[in-house]
Parts: sequence; C-alpha cells; structure tokens
Amino acid sequence: MIQFERVSKRYEEGHDALREISLEIARDELVFLTGHSGAGKSTLLRLIMLMDRPTRGKVRVDGRDLSTIGSRGIPLHRRQIGVVFQNHQLLYDRNVFDNVALPLVIAGYDQREIGRRVRAALDKVGLLARERALPVTLSGGEQQRVGIARAVVGRPRILLADEPTGNLDPNLSAEIMSLFEAFNQVGVTVLIASHDLALISRLQHRIITLRDGQLMGGAA
Amino acid sequence: MAAGPAPRREGASASRARLADRYRAWRDHHSLSAADSLRRVLASPGSSLLTWLVIGIAMALPAALGIALDNARNVSGSWDSPAQISLFMQASVDEASAAELQQSLSLRGDVESAQLIPRDAALREFAELSGFADVVANLDENPLPNLVLVVPAAGVDPAVLRAEFADLAQVDQAVLDMAWVQRLNNIMELGRRLVLALGGLLVLGVVLILGNTIRLAIESRRDEIVIVKLVGGSNAFVRRPFLYTGLWYGVGGGAVAALLVLAALYFLDGPVSNLARLYQSGFTLQGIGLIGSLQLVLLGGFLGLAGAWLAVSRHLGAIEPR
Ligand SMILES: Nc1ncnc2c1ncn2[C@@H]1O[C@H](COP(=O)(O)OP(=O)(O)OP(=O)(O)O)[C@@H](O)[C@H]1O
Ligand SMILES: [Mg+2]
Repeated sequence: MIQFERVSKRYEEGHDALREISLEIARDELVFLTGHSGAGKSTLLRLIMLMDRPTRGKVRVDGRDLSTIGSRGIPLHRRQIGVVFQNHQLLYDRNVFDNVALPLVIAGYDQREIGRRVRAALDKVGLLARERALPVTLSGGEQQRVGIARAVVGRPRILLADEPTGNLDPNLSAEIMSLFEAFNQVGVTVLIASHDLALISRLQHRIITLRDGQLMGGAA
Repeated sequence: MAAGPAPRREGASASRARLADRYRAWRDHHSLSAADSLRRVLASPGSSLLTWLVIGIAMALPAALGIALDNARNVSGSWDSPAQISLFMQASVDEASAAELQQSLSLRGDVESAQLIPRDAALREFAELSGFADVVANLDENPLPNLVLVVPAAGVDPAVLRAEFADLAQVDQAVLDMAWVQRLNNIMELGRRLVLALGGLLVLGVVLILGNTIRLAIESRRDEIVIVKLVGGSNAFVRRPFLYTGLWYGVGGGAVAALLVLAALYFLDGPVSNLARLYQSGFTLQGIGLIGSLQLVLLGGFLGLAGAWLAVSRHLGAIEPR
C-alpha cells in the first residue's frame, strides 16, 4: 500500500532528514515507526501525505507514484488518508461534532450522512456524549481522541499517526493503540510514529526504526 | 459497519458520493460559507461598520459627482439652444435694406428665424446696459452697424451657413456665436473625465482596502486554513468563505454609498428647487433612484469579490501545512 524507493529528503539548510529509505507496507498491516527525536519520522509521514516532496526517490501510495500528483490533486490524495497529529490540530472555535465532521463536509456528504458517520466515529472513541463540547473543555487525551475520530470518519484506506500517545498516561496510550488495532482489523493500513518503545514492543506488530534519517531495521 | 472504518472496498465506493449529491453538497457549502461569513462580519460590528463606511464614502464620492454632472448636463441641455449667427451689415447698408435681407433670410428653409436689430436700437440698448450713456450721447455718429440675428434650422450645420452668409454683399462680418456653448461643453467633458479618473482611483482604493481587510481575515484564520488543507480541503473550499466575506463587505459598502448619496440629495433638494423657482425653471434635481442604488450595491459586491479574490490568490497559496 505504501512503498518508498530509495527516498531521500534534504531540507533547504542542507540537512538530510531521510537518506535512501526503501520500505514497503502492505494493505493489511499496522506498522510502528520509531527512532530518536529528529530521526526523520515526521518527515517520512509528511512525504506520504504530500506535505512535502522527496529530494530523490519515489513514494508510492496504492501503487500510484506521488510525483505524478500535482498541487491540484493533493486534496483528493489527502482525503484517502486519515491523519492523527501529536498536537491534535483541532479547530478551537468549533465544537467536537463540527471538528469531526470537517473531512465529510469537505468531501461533500449530505447532512444526514454526516450526522450518522460523525456519531459512529465519536461512539468508537467514546466521546459521543461530548459532541457539543468545545475542544478547550476537553482533556489532552479526549482531544487526541477527537483527532482520531476526525481521522477515521471519512473511512480512509490509510491511517497515519504522529506521536498519537505523546503525552498520555500509559492506560490511555494502550487504549488508543487498541483503537488503531481495531481499525487495522477492518482493513485500514496503519502507520504510527512513536517514541514509546515500551508500549509498541508489547504489541505484536512490525517496527521500522530510523536513525539520523537512515533505516535501521523493519523495512521488509 | 455503522461504527468505525469500513473494509477498504466498500470504503472506497462509499466515499465516492454521487454526482447529484456532490452538487447538493457544493451548494450547501456555498450557503454555509455565505451564512458563516456574514455571521463573522456581524460578530464584530464596530470594525465591520468602519469598513462599510470607508468603502461607502469612497464609492459615494464619484457617484455623487457623477450625479451632479448629470444634473449639470440636464441644465445645460435646456440651454443648448441652436447656435446663432450674427450678421453685421456693411456700414453702407441702411435699415430698410437690412430689413429686406432679414425678410428674405427668414423665408429660407435652412433658417429657423431671422431678427433685425436696427443700429439705433442697438446703440440705445448699449447705452442703457453699459452705463456709458453720456459717452454715447456725445457721439457724432452711431458707430454700430445694423445687425441681423439668424438662428439656423435644426439639423443645419451653422458653420456652413455662416460661410455662405459671409459672402453676401450686404454682410460685413458673419459671426457664429457658439464659443460659449463649446466652452461649456468642454468644461462638461473635463468634468466627466475628472469624475471618471477619480472614480477609477477610488474604485482601485476600495479594492485594495477590501483586499487588505480580507488579508487580515486570512491571517487570523491561518491555523484553520492549515487544518482544512491537511484533511483534504481544496483551494476552492478554503477560498469560498473569504470570497463571501469580501462580498458582504462590498455589498454593505455599496448600500452605505447609496444611503450617503440619497442623504446628500435630500440635503440639496430644497435649496436647488428654490433656486430653480427663482429662475422660473422647471428644473428638479435628478436622484439616483432605485436602479441606481441597486447598481451601487451590486458594484460594491463586485468590488468586494474582486478585492477578496486579490487577497485570496496572493495569500492563501502561501499558507500550506508545515
Ligand atoms: N521544515 C524543516 N526545515 C528544515 N529542517 C527540518 C524541517 N523539518 C524537519 N527538519 C529536520 O529534519 C530532521 C528530521 O525531522 P523530523 O521532524 O522528521 O524528526 P522526528 O523523527 O519526527 O523527530 P521527533 O521525534 O522529535 O518528532 C530533524 O533534524 C529536523 O531538524
Ligand atoms: Mg516528529
């Protein structure tokens, strides 16, 4: 589903964030991406969702070479990918329902369908009761779960998460990881960048390790 | 399936909403954006009112001048009497033969009317009007020639007629009294161009003011734009609310302009009709009317869109998720 072929990313300052990365992630996989801070995890995720372009090499998503997607094609590409950000990236002047509904509004679903799907997604993350709440009235973990609901509400084929458990307590982290596993079980390709080695090594999934932009293991 | 992600095949087909649904969603988003933008504009009434006033004043100025010009043209239109040709007789031509000429000229098809002003009458009139009665009384001889005033018939080129009359034996000089009409027309043309230039400048100003207002709106919603783009919002989607914001500012500004012009006309109407009555003229001040007001509002809306478009195309592209 996701393929990297000798991908390098050099930022303008001449810093190599990724060097000659080749890896493949199959459709039904859940894969962890780990490495020290600055290893290039976020950069790798950014390339997949076209927030950035590689300096060299090819990235393919669902068989499609991303370099063939122009700036007009980016929105459509992003709609098939759900993303969970460490800093949530919520709209703080809209309530939980509207935040989760955003991808559906963008994709052009009608109001009834939006209501149905948003409630289903909120139910899944256990926030159905808070749909009218503003994000600032929620705890960090609850905000993170709003972000997850928004990422999955459009039923994407790929789910990316950048430090989804960054500042959550162990119980909540484990809970959120099992949410991702549930999505993976219904066929979503999941890629999670995380520092939390203790947590991810307990779960039985492939772990890709980066160090200084280079692949250390798990690329198979 | 109600909760959570669907298996990928179904997920793919379900996310491909039908065309009719797409259209309805697109329309929905338009009305949603329009309402949301209006709500935001009204949410800060102070600064919105200021924007409306600035735009309204900038639009009212050329509009009012244009109306003033139209009115001036109406007035001068009523003066736009046919040109008049003054035929000064040779000194040797006496009053009787001048009258003869006047008779024959007034029978011509290309002459509307011809009037004889005998030299004695002319001198008397001059003495009365000029205040030089003493000087005139001391003259040995009347220095003025007999004069025939000819008004050309409608559609006749007065210049051609003048040239023909100038060749008549009795005529010393034929003068076309059009200079003042021409001068007036030139002044009107100058005024028209000044209003156009001023209007152009102010329209540009309005577009820039609105562009800047929208730029600020874009800046203040930068985070939101980034998020919308991250979850797959197209440029058109992101642009839409800002275009509506521009439209609302412009429409409001146009309405303010129409109100200002109406107020100015109301303010001037009394004095003008008094003046007209003094001059026994049926002249009344021409307003902007409903159509004119609507045009101002429409123009405002158009300028608002233009300004928003300017801002959006310059600043929205620069806001990308980082
Ligand atoms: N926009 C940018 N411009 C320049 N350099 C950047 C940019 N983004 C990241 N980098 C650099 O690229 C390297 C990889 O960054 P990246 O964010 O991918 O690391 P990371 O593995 O996600 O780290 P962390 O765990 O701290 O989030 C870092 O050294 C960082 O300084
Ligand atoms: Mg990172």
